[in-house]
Amino acid sequence: MRTQLESEYVVERNEDRCIRCKVCVNQCTYETHYYDPEDDRVCSRNENCVNCHRCVVFCPAQAITIVPNPTRYTSNDHWTQEAISDIKKQAESGGAMLTAMGCDKPYFTYWDRLLLNASQVTNPSIDPLREPMELRTYLGAKPDRLKANAEKGEPLLETDLSPQLRLETPILFSAISYGAVSFNVHEALARAARAAGTFFNTGEGGLDRRLYKYGDHAIVQVASGRFGVHPDYLNAGAAIEIKIGQGAKPGIGGHLPGEKVGPDISRTRMIPVGTDALSPAPQHDIYSIEDLRQLIYALKEATDYAKPVSVKIAAVHNVAAIASGIVRAGADIIAIDGKRGATGAAPKISRDNVGIPIEMALASVDQRLRDEGIRNKASIIVAGGIRSSADVVKAIALGADAMYIATAALVAMGCTVCQKCYTGKCPWGIATTDPWISRRINPNIATRRLVNLLQAWSLEIKETMGGMGINAIESLRGNRLHLRGVGLTDTELKILGTRMAGD
Amino acid sequence: MLHQGKASSKIRPENLQESVSVSNGVAKIDAADMHYRELNAKLRALNGNGVKQIELRNVYGQRYIGTDLKENINVDIYGIPGNDLGAFMRGPIITVHGDAQDGCGNTMDEGKIIIHGHAGDILGYAMRGGSIFVRDDVGYRVGIHMKEYRRKKPVIVVGGTAQDFLGEYMAGGILVVLGLTLKDGERHRARFVGTGMHGGKMYVRGEFSHPAKDVKVVGLDAEDREVLLGIVSEFCDYFGYDVKEIMAYEFNKVVPISYRPYNNVYAK
Repeated sequence: MRTQLESEYVVERNEDRCIRCKVCVNQCTYETHYYDPEDDRVCSRNENCVNCHRCVVFCPAQAITIVPNPTRYTSNDHWTQEAISDIKKQAESGGAMLTAMGCDKPYFTYWDRLLLNASQVTNPSIDPLREPMELRTYLGAKPDRLKANAEKGEPLLETDLSPQLRLETPILFSAISYGAVSFNVHEALARAARAAGTFFNTGEGGLDRRLYKYGDHAIVQVASGRFGVHPDYLNAGAAIEIKIGQGAKPGIGGHLPGEKVGPDISRTRMIPVGTDALSPAPQHDIYSIEDLRQLIYALKEATDYAKPVSVKIAAVHNVAAIASGIVRAGADIIAIDGKRGATGAAPKISRDNVGIPIEMALASVDQRLRDEGIRNKASIIVAGGIRSSADVVKAIALGADAMYIATAALVAMGCTVCQKCYTGKCPWGIATTDPWISRRINPNIATRRLVNLLQAWSLEIKETMGGMGINAIESLRGNRLHLRGVGLTDTELKILGTRMAGD
Repeated sequence: MLHQGKASSKIRPENLQESVSVSNGVAKIDAADMHYRELNAKLRALNGNGVKQIELRNVYGQRYIGTDLKENINVDIYGIPGNDLGAFMRGPIITVHGDAQDGCGNTMDEGKIIIHGHAGDILGYAMRGGSIFVRDDVGYRVGIHMKEYRRKKPVIVVGGTAQDFLGEYMAGGILVVLGLTLKDGERHRARFVGTGMHGGKMYVRGEFSHPAKDVKVVGLDAEDREVLLGIVSEFCDYFGYDVKEIMAYEFNKVVPISYRPYNNVYAK
């Protein structure tokens, strides 16, 4: 069958600048560039290009520009370029559309419709460079009341506290499984988490033995496939997370294709080399809140109640009621992953159409738990497309305790969000298990880039808090008076629990 | 606290000796009216202190027995243990003198569970190693997502029959169903046997009518018979059946059609 698909991108090479060094040929894992010795020139196969910019960045002569194919179908707001080419792709393959990273459609971002407050005249702002500014955050269940005894002079705490995670900044690295990304990426996340005083999440593919030494900065995940889950793994982490769902593909499971299960992945996931690693959609021991409670306490028993247990869900329609159930089931942390949450592979229909925006989910969950008087019993981590420190500040004002970031962390390392993770050929060496391509991530450099990102965001958060006259992040948490909406309907404002700008 | 229930005050170190008696390396615990947190804390306190054998009396539904016991130990349970018996277990040998409930052997890593009675649903969920022997019948989704890795090869043996979705998503290991509780001429009623199965094998003695689309049913070869003989012999040692009598009947072997079931689902 002759394909009717046209190339999405066009590689433009400035012949005057090109020095025929073939760096682009060597860097492109999709074999877009090739050298033609007869004409002594480098040529391109446009149809292979995914617009990852690896060649653009590495070309020493700055000779390459990638442009979207200017040849478009007849302009049509309904029958878009994407709609037509998807149909052609499916007509030629008979398969479901696969994609990666987070939803790329325009209509789900409320962060940009929320604006922050600042002090003027009536209350002083604070200069964070001169005065202490507290970002430290504790995640875990907090008691209803604290009892202290001061009879012997020094006050002694009598209340038993639940285990807590201590973060120096309210940002953690979200779940990215070993297998979806290379070992070097996992190592960089682990080292950066330690250096920055925060945590990384192993994802559902287990934790390589070489990274157990970073366990005190790891959240170990338990998902339906239970890959690499055993007593050592559970005890290695600082906390355990039960993965129920993921924002990029709520309600469906996942699988790591056998091609990606090489010897290292096999050892960590504890499955034979080359087999598909299937994670069923549900955890088949959880069909109810009561069953969830059973697994939460199984994990607590397995680790002698020494670690907080988190439950991660995708933001869906009834998220507030579900979150209430999760807290009542005994979770110490609830992680909510929104519409923009990313993935290494998901059916496009799910990524772009299932779930709700994280802003709405967060606002309704926080309010619901407050209304029920159980907000203290679990911390809330939100995830799904957090792009900047501004998103972080707004989320905290909306009621979150901390953020998970994954896409932003990968972008810090090199990712350009080309959305082709599922091919396993990531030219940046991130979403791949190919040993040759994986070497493109240098753990030392990647660690430094991640630490820099967290440092930069933390500075910006402090600066913004100072402008509001706030010197501890606890004072901002759930403080929705510091948010005002623009361009929002009454219903949207009501759900977000914020007022209109000017109101 | 909301989460911890009434047990938390009883699990302080000074209370862990209550209802426990130890003599000659054998500990006895009267579990009547005991919360699972208290019972499991007592088991953990005994584990590694020279105790090689624990007898639990009056067990009525306490969950997670055998979880987080670090050293090998024999645990004899008299009564009915609760859900998630031996969850995440690595090492101990548990003998249940009675029935077991749901989730037995959940994500079990090593060790053995021998049940002199029935067991409930999702027996051996995501089990990676060790073995479970059940004398009588089991519930739904038994052996779901069992998997194997190198020398770790989990084995589940069901003396009686099983309910639907037997071996669902099975990715490794061996699941044996002997049908000893079936009457003459009666078939196994389980439907959707091996749904989503993509690894491992099942040996089923007796007729069953509803294999899933993902599996094929074949005969046993010499190697299968040798493996099966070893497993059935162990089963007979525990429950007093005659090996020859069981092995005299024909078995069916259920294996997946594909080890890569999702290979052609997506347009890339």
